[in-house]
Amino acid sequence: MEDKIKKISIIISHGSLEGIYPGLIMANGARAEGIEANLFFTFFGLDAIHAKRHEHIKLATVGNPGLHFATWAGGLPGVSSLMTHVMERKMETLDIPSIPEFIEMIYDTGAGLYACKASVDLFGLEKNDLVPQVQDIITVGEFYEMAAGGQIVFT
Amino acid sequence: MTTALIELPTLNDEGFFVDPGQWTEEMVPELARREGIDELTEAHWTVIRFMRSQYLEKGSGPTVRALGKSSGVSIKELYQLFPGGPAKTAAKIAGIPKPRGCI
Repeated sequence: MEDKIKKISIIISHGSLEGIYPGLIMANGARAEGIEANLFFTFFGLDAIHAKRHEHIKLATVGNPGLHFATWAGGLPGVSSLMTHVMERKMETLDIPSIPEFIEMIYDTGAGLYACKASVDLFGLEKNDLVPQVQDIITVGEFYEMAAGGQIVFT
Repeated sequence: MTTALIELPTLNDEGFFVDPGQWTEEMVPELARREGIDELTEAHWTVIRFMRSQYLEKGSGPTVRALGKSSGVSIKELYQLFPGGPAKTAAKIAGIPKPRGCI
């Protein structure tokens, strides 16, 4: 039997609803298995930990073949918000937490949450633009040091 | 301190009870010790009993999120009590199958 996974570092690089949740579920699931976990938010993934944006994450409804919804329709005003709302309601019935609540929960499990310095600089952000659960803003090199000895998952 | 030697029923290779019906509360300290928990606090017992009662009531133990919401013990505290994963560890100690759930 292969050795069990002891540590995992997960990168979240997208800012859509469906681009953010998988990484969060993996981090939370790792902690529930007793696996050490780190989350690293980069590029549009920063929206998940951005104090003013983390409640407004949307489903990508344009050019998203997985949604099985016409791209032209997905671009109409209000459609993205509506479909996001529908998805959120479904998630609520399954007791899947909202992104802000999920981040808090993952923090409470003892996982590490970090923002990518390059992206923070690119978007002109500061630590106080981010939610309090973010422990630090780190470079890619620091991320690799932190991830050493464990698995890395890119989402 | 005397430790009574309790004979435990069959466990599968992950450490879960093959037959949950064979569990008794007397087994708890020994099961907990195997999970690295040498001292059981009130909070530990609350969680263990809650896991067991949920399993008996619903056919499955709760996931960590459900535990955090309904057991009266916060997520933060759950991870302090059971560092190896609260739902998984408490399920082993409560003699119930591993809860299936992603959150």
